[in-house]
Amino acid sequence: MAQYLLSVHTVEGESSASRTNEQMQEFMRRIGELEAQMRSNDVLVYSGRLAEPDTATVVRVEGGETLTTDGPFAEAKEHLGGFYIINSADLDEALSWASKTSDCVGMPIEVRPFVAAHGA
Amino acid sequence: MRVDEAVVGRIFREEFGRSVAALCRAFGDIDVAEDAVQEAFAVALTRWQRDGLPQNPGGWITTTARNRGIDRLRRELRGRELLGEMALLSAAGDDRGVPEEDGPVDDDRLRLIFTCCHPALSQEAQVALTLRLLGGLSTREVASSFLVAEPTMAKRLVRAKRKIKAARIPYRAPADHELPTRLPPVLAVIYLVYNAGLARTAEPSLCDEAIRLARLLVTLMPDEPEVAGLLALLLLAESRRASRIRPDGSLALLAEQDRGGWDRALIDEGRAVVRQCLRRGQLGRYQLQAAISAEHANAATIAETNWPEIVALYDRLLAIAPTPVVALNRAIAIGEVEGPAAALALVDHLGLEGYYPFHATRGDLLQRLGREREAAAAFARAAALAPTDAEREFLERGGRAPSPGSPQRCLKLATGPVKRSRPGRQ
Repeated sequence: MAQYLLSVHTVEGESSASRTNEQMQEFMRRIGELEAQMRSNDVLVYSGRLAEPDTATVVRVEGGETLTTDGPFAEAKEHLGGFYIINSADLDEALSWASKTSDCVGMPIEVRPFVAAHGA
Repeated sequence: MRVDEAVVGRIFREEFGRSVAALCRAFGDIDVAEDAVQEAFAVALTRWQRDGLPQNPGGWITTTARNRGIDRLRRELRGRELLGEMALLSAAGDDRGVPEEDGPVDDDRLRLIFTCCHPALSQEAQVALTLRLLGGLSTREVASSFLVAEPTMAKRLVRAKRKIKAARIPYRAPADHELPTRLPPVLAVIYLVYNAGLARTAEPSLCDEAIRLARLLVTLMPDEPEVAGLLALLLLAESRRASRIRPDGSLALLAEQDRGGWDRALIDEGRAVVRQCLRRGQLGRYQLQAAISAEHANAATIAETNWPEIVALYDRLLAIAPTPVVALNRAIAIGEVEGPAAALALVDHLGLEGYYPFHATRGDLLQRLGREREAAAAFARAAALAPTDAEREFLERGGRAPSPGSPQRCLKLATGPVKRSRPGRQ
């Protein structure tokens, strides 16, 4: 078994606010179904949806001093919006979960393996 | 028989992929397998010169390589840290309860092909891995075949192998229901290797290598009609390879080629495969391109070409692969049936501004319609975009259009739609 991060990247300015209430409910229903399926297959390790990137804070220590800056680390248009950590036997299995997830959220999913734990 | 480097080289070419494939499954690690087989051939070169060829050179290589690999792993197992990284390729099969039978070696080569051409790898990486691991080409040979610096190619191979390991791309042939997404990249890689061989002469010949891979795939997947179609397409293209270059290095049009110089044996073999495909009736893009190529091979002279049949085949190809390049080829064939005006009307809609055969075709059609000035302008644009000096000079001399379905052009034109479309990389 290996673990993979499936991440969804949101583009600044393209928020889910444009969805109608009904669309939002349908979206939540499908996501709920997918996550239930992940749980019943013992695939889901953890998942989360992140607040808007402008709520982020970056902390760095320089010369023993802690500096805090407002805003996300990367000055990019795309930011991590949410993620799943899943267990899969191999990449093919992870890709098939990613394809279900992408179909659900209507966005591309990045699949990235975790470094294998030694002795695993 | 005297055992010299040439003999070992020939065996190397034939057996390298088979041994690497078997050892990839045994060790679950591509690098270990590759290095072990390479070492085994180095041993063979001195041992065989002294003792003569073993009865089964391929088996000797695989056994020797297996022992070398085990030695290496024993050494490395002392470092426990490496152990963690060892649960690799074959482990995926185990987890799924797929029987890990000590099955026919051919199954291993099928696994290796599908691992090398996994859709999670870039096409560049797929091509490089396939030529290196299945074809046994050295990194330097792969690099020079694609006009890439050797360190760049080395990096590309290392990165691809690292991804296979880190992301756990499984060492497994896909199930039937996965083939519609998994087979096309494999076919595209073999086709691309052939076309690279047409574009540049390199040693070893990439055209030969592509045909060898296509033959292997036909043996491994005898029930896949598109695999047969690809082999037929390559055989028919190969039958004309020698006739397609003029003494000045530019491409000879189909109409000008000495049909007596076409390789009849390859044509017969290609045609037989095409007939089988037509009987089976599950025509895909490679089979249709092969059928078109076979129609040209059937005509003793250009005048005897069955253009209406070729147009009908292009109609079907366009339905499967609706790309402007296929549409251009179809228009050229229509020009032979309905005349240049009908063809020009179709061509002018295609908007293939950056594609030199588009302008050369327009030039030819305009010339046939007596619109000399526009024709000259079209040829000038074609010349400006031509890929080689010989082609450019030919077009500047007021050249002719790529002839419809000439082997190279037909292939080249068809390369477009086969390419993987990657957003942002077109």
